[in-house]
Amino acid sequence: MTRRSITIVGASLAGIRAAESLRRQGFEGPITLIGDELHAPYDRPPLSKQFLAGDWGTDRLALTQPDKLDDLDLDLRLGVRATSFDLPSRRLGLVDLEDQSTDELIVDGLLIATGARCRTLGGTEGLDGVFVLRSLDDSLAIRAAFLAGPARVVVVGAGFIGAEVAATARGLGLEVAMVESLPQPLSRVLGDEMGGVCAEVHREHGVDLRTGVGVEAIEGDGRVERVRLSDGSVIEADVVVVGIGVIPNAEWLEGSGLTIDNGVVCDATCLAAPGVTAAGDVARWPNERFGEVMRVEHWDNAVAQGAHAARRLLVEDSEAESFVPVPWFWSDQYDRKIQMAGRIGPDDEMRVVTGSLAERRFAAVYGRADRLVGVLGFNRPRHVMRYRMLIEEGASFSDAIAAEF
Amino acid sequence: MKIVVDFDLCESNAICMQIAPDIFEVRDDDFLYVLDEEPGEEDRARVDECVQRCPKQAISVQG
Ligand SMILES: Cc1cc2nc3c(=O)[nH]c(=O)nc-3n(C[C@H](O)[C@H](O)[C@H](O)COP(=O)(O)OP(=O)(O)OC[C@H]3O[C@@H](n4cnc5c(N)ncnc54)[C@H](O)[C@@H]3O)c2cc1C
Ligand code: SF4
Repeated sequence: MTRRSITIVGASLAGIRAAESLRRQGFEGPITLIGDELHAPYDRPPLSKQFLAGDWGTDRLALTQPDKLDDLDLDLRLGVRATSFDLPSRRLGLVDLEDQSTDELIVDGLLIATGARCRTLGGTEGLDGVFVLRSLDDSLAIRAAFLAGPARVVVVGAGFIGAEVAATARGLGLEVAMVESLPQPLSRVLGDEMGGVCAEVHREHGVDLRTGVGVEAIEGDGRVERVRLSDGSVIEADVVVVGIGVIPNAEWLEGSGLTIDNGVVCDATCLAAPGVTAAGDVARWPNERFGEVMRVEHWDNAVAQGAHAARRLLVEDSEAESFVPVPWFWSDQYDRKIQMAGRIGPDDEMRVVTGSLAERRFAAVYGRADRLVGVLGFNRPRHVMRYRMLIEEGASFSDAIAAEF
Repeated sequence: MKIVVDFDLCESNAICMQIAPDIFEVRDDDFLYVLDEEPGEEDRARVDECVQRCPKQAISVQG
C-alpha cells in the first residue's frame, strides 16, 4: 500500500514510536504528529517514581533526543488538539490550544494514539490539594505539594499508580494513608492472596492502608482538609492523590464513522477502518493469542502496538499480521520491582515457582485449563521474562511448573 | 555498530534478551551481560528494537 502521507494524533509514547517505526520501514512521505500537550514528547513512568521523588529532572524524561527527533523530519504540531474526524471525507478537525484557532486537514493514513486520561472523583473540582497523575504538569504539581511538607498525604486507590505514589511519598518521609475499595490491593487482577502480599508490603513501609472501604467525600473549605470514608471514619489530609483508573481519549471520534466503545475498536491487525489504525492506551483489539478483546494500559504495549499500527498502514490487507503480544508491565514500589506478563485473572490457578512470598522475592505462574496464562514476579525480572517466553510458545501450566530457569 | 549499555539505568528486566538472546543475556545473578558488543549490520533491526523497547533507555548504539 503506498501512502502519500501519514498523520499521527497523540504525540506521546505510542505516537512517537509509531513515527520512528514508519521511518525505519522506509516511509519517506510527510508525517504530521499532532499532540495537545506543549511539552516535547516525554515518558510517563518516572512521573510517579524518580521524577516525583525529585531524583530526576525533566531532561531525563525525553522520549527521543532532540537530534533524533530532527532526523525523523516530522511536521510536529504541539499544543494542538484533534477535535473531530470524518471517515468518508477523511477530514480531521484541529484546534490550536494557545489561540483557539481552528484548522482542518484532509488525511491519508491516520494513526490514533491519544492515550487515556485519569478518572476523577466528582465533587472535588475547585478544591486545592486534590490531584490526579497522568501528565508532567500533574507530577510537577504533586511534587510541589510534597515539598511543601504536608502533614498527611491520602492516596485514593491502591492500583499501580496509587501504590507508586504512596511508595514515593513514604520515601520522602511523608505520612501516607491509602484507601482501597477492594478487599486487597489489586485483588481483582492478582487474586486475594497476592493482593494481600502487596498490602503487607505497604504496611511494612508505614502506610496506613485501609482496604474494603470506599471514599464518601473529599471535604475542605477551598483546600482539602479531610477524606470521609464509607465506614464513617475520617482521615485528615492536606494532599490527596486520586488514582482510580483511566478513561481512553476517544470521545473526539464519536460520530466519525469509526467504532468507539471503551476506546477505538480495531480488528486483530490494529486496523480501525481502511487506512486508519490505533495504538496504545486508546486502542481495543482482539488479541488472538488469548482469544480476548483487550485494551492494554502498559508502556511496553504502547511501544509495540505503535510500531505494529505504523507497519499496518504501509502493507496491503493480504500481508497484514495480527497483533498478538503477551502483555507485560512493571511497577517499582519501595525496593520491589513488580512485573507481570500475560493475562491473569483472580480465578486462575497460581503456583509459586521460585523464591517465596515470605521473602517478597518470587515468581508465580498462573494457569487456566492447564494453559500457562500469566506470570507475576517480585524482584525476579529474569524469571518473568523466561515464563513470558513460555506463554508465547503456548506452554501448558504443568510444563511451566516443571521448567527450571 | 557498537552496543553500549548504561548499567546504572539497566534494571535487568530482560526485555532485550527476549528480542535478541544471542546478544543480551540476563543471568542467574540477575545482571545483564552483553554477549556480542559489536554485532554485524544484519542484526541492526533487532538491536534497534531492543533500544526502543528498553523501558529504561539504557541501551545505545554507536556507529
Ligand atoms: C504516572 C504514570 C506511571 C506509569 N508507570 C508505568 C509503569 O511503571 N509501567 C508500565 O508498564 N506502564 C506505566 N504507565 C503507563 C504508560 O505510561 C502508558 O501505558 C503509556 O503512556 C501509554 O502511551 P500512549 O501513547 O498510548 O498514551 P499517552 O501516554 O496517554 O499519550 C497520549 C497523548 O495524546 C494526547 N492527546 C489526547 N487526546 C488528544 C487529542 N484529541 N488531540 C491531540 N492530542 C491528544 C495526550 O495529551 C497525550 O500526550 C504509567 C503511566 C503513568 C501516568
Ligand atoms: S531492556 Fe534495558 S533495562 Fe531491560 S535488561 Fe535490557 S538493557 Fe536492561
